[in-house]
Amino acid sequence: MQPDLWSLYRLMLYSRRFEEAVAALWHAGHISGEMHLGIGEEAIVAAVVSQLEDQDAMALDHRGTPPLLMRGVDPVRLLLEFLGHPDGLCGGHGGHMHLFSVKHLSASSGIVGASGPSAVGFALAAQHLRPGSVAVAFFGEGALNQGMLMESMNLAAAWHLPVLFVCKDNEWAITTKSATVTGGNLMNRAGSFGMKTMAVDGSDIEACWQSAWEALCQTRDNGEPVYLHASCIHLEGHFLGDQLIRTSRHPVKEMRKMTGPLMRSFAKMHGSNVRKRMGGLRHILATIQNIRTQMSIKRDPVVILRQKLHGEELQLKLLEDKIDTEIEQVLEACGLADVKVNDE
Amino acid sequence: MNKVRTLEFDEAIDDALGQAMAANPRVMVIGEDVGMIRHNLLVRFGRERIKSAPISESAFVGAGVTAAMAGLRPVVEVMIVDFIGVAMDAILNHAAKIKSFSGGKWNVPMVVRAACGGGYGDGGQHEQSLWGWLAHIPGLTVVVPSTPADAGGLMLAAIESDDPVIFLEHKLLSPSWLDFMGRGGRSTVEFDVPPTGTMGECPKKWQPLAIGKAACRREGEDLTLVSVGVGVHRCLEAAQELAKQRISASVLDLRSVVPLDKDILYEQILKTKRLIVVDEDYQGFGLSGEVAAVALESGLKFSFARVCTKQTIPFTRHLEDQVLPNTQRICAASIALMQN
Ligand SMILES: Cc1ncc(C[n+]2csc(CCOP(=O)(O)OP(=O)(O)O)c2C)c(N)n1
Ligand SMILES: [Mg+2]
Repeated sequence: MQPDLWSLYRLMLYSRRFEEAVAALWHAGHISGEMHLGIGEEAIVAAVVSQLEDQDAMALDHRGTPPLLMRGVDPVRLLLEFLGHPDGLCGGHGGHMHLFSVKHLSASSGIVGASGPSAVGFALAAQHLRPGSVAVAFFGEGALNQGMLMESMNLAAAWHLPVLFVCKDNEWAITTKSATVTGGNLMNRAGSFGMKTMAVDGSDIEACWQSAWEALCQTRDNGEPVYLHASCIHLEGHFLGDQLIRTSRHPVKEMRKMTGPLMRSFAKMHGSNVRKRMGGLRHILATIQNIRTQMSIKRDPVVILRQKLHGEELQLKLLEDKIDTEIEQVLEACGLADVKVNDE
Repeated sequence: MNKVRTLEFDEAIDDALGQAMAANPRVMVIGEDVGMIRHNLLVRFGRERIKSAPISESAFVGAGVTAAMAGLRPVVEVMIVDFIGVAMDAILNHAAKIKSFSGGKWNVPMVVRAACGGGYGDGGQHEQSLWGWLAHIPGLTVVVPSTPADAGGLMLAAIESDDPVIFLEHKLLSPSWLDFMGRGGRSTVEFDVPPTGTMGECPKKWQPLAIGKAACRREGEDLTLVSVGVGVHRCLEAAQELAKQRISASVLDLRSVVPLDKDILYEQILKTKRLIVVDEDYQGFGLSGEVAAVALESGLKFSFARVCTKQTIPFTRHLEDQVLPNTQRICAASIALMQN
């Protein structure tokens, strides 16, 4: 089987432009609270979601926007939800971390790891009520240290449930480099439940599509769980306004606020010896320095796919203009016609 | 008298924590992202004592229980109290019960620290209060400070306590949490932050504040408003409004949900004969009902009303502002109580 790269590009670019608009609206104060985007994860999400069938279910984490858009949720109702509007997907009650669509059998949660049990329950219902359907769980590598996700893998394996566990590994959980708090190897960990495991470069849509195809066939046909591990980036950091990203982008301005208290505390009487204090300081500086490793634009899946399609400039331009127009129409339908999306 | 200085709410907590860590090498901090969130403590005490944890709340809170039983004084952070659900077994069936099970021979000197509360539009899995839910369990102490001075003093007391203490800091009072979860560096969003709660005078050297002593923040004659955390500040605003209508309200800041300071509560009720509990936590089976029940048990005669959160907190800001106790709701309840 071969992927249709053009339709995947459409899905990924649409999601990207939509979330860029969300970012602009968030910065302008139209959206409250936190905002976690899936910018950088589009390839693995598109690869999996584009191959789902009507009765398949999705259990989503705090980055639910791209999978729901790609699954066909009305973008206007999604955006209205973020704006807290009564016509939003959940009547303005959920917000971006608590998105639900009955029609798409899709449920999200802001509790890290919760997509594991959710997918297992969806798969159990599928086994009884919708044979041949599967459930997908999306989560990050940090969530793999959450007990409930480990328990879910065991449950799916022991009960022979059609669950596709999809880990989007950006190597970071907020400000923590996941490797520093994780024992062993995640592929081995998932494999030890007796599941088939697959690893893929999350910036390469063709590879993602191929892996997702194999994984979905396996879980759908055999009724067994599969673990798919994709290495991804987060071009916006953990969430919009991420303090570490702000600091790494504007070190002089942001460090000015931080350094006074930090150095006073460093030099305070009574505490650990200098070696340990230096260790703490080094840790903070290294974190600020390394946080951008998750933002490597060289690994932007949308840009990489566009390069593959180059040579067809006219078709690309038509598609890109069409998506821009569609996003403008979404904004207009949400009463935001004059919000400039590319300002940020 | 101890010299004073002005600190922000979260600065005060970390400052008191630093003082406790300096005084006692057994005190350590465990939690997700504490390497950054507590960076000021990290550069003073190093990574062994400011210990970054994976996203494994059930394990590291559970480990905190026995670490405390075996001699450490852990301050375990679960980021925001909503995530305590994941670690609930460690708290409900272990931290709270060891002392009783061991016939009083073994205790759990652990502090569980968590940000709580709403008012910044983050939705119902990130803005709960839950102190009543936790207070329901025998064996736990639950403190909810409303000023920087109380926050520091109560943190020190919590660490010095030989039994488990849940320490809840409201995100609207704590500038770093509010920036982390609500503002994100934006100047385009506004929050109803009570200024007297976020910044205030603190002692240069912290003394532990007795846990279980309420503070009367305002003396009145006609009715008593009782609350904790941000609710105290909403009550103070309401009391000012009510004064314009010649209604004189006392405002009682419980400071801890468990232990509940009954004496000062009875005193106020005896004087005003009218009681209103303002509780950002859920209404049913919670603090408001408990306060009414203990007051009734004491034989006092009074009229009663409550202003609480009755449903899952909606994401959208204007509904959220209605669902959480606000000044208008407190005033309306007060006026209604005066009239019947
Ligand atoms: C139970 C629980 N603990 C902590 C959090 C706070 N939190 C939100 S996202 C996150 C990091 C998740 O990391 P990962 O699973 O790798 O996903 P990523 O954000 O990197 O996509 C944390 C700790 C939470 N939402 N739920
Ligand atoms: Mg991650």
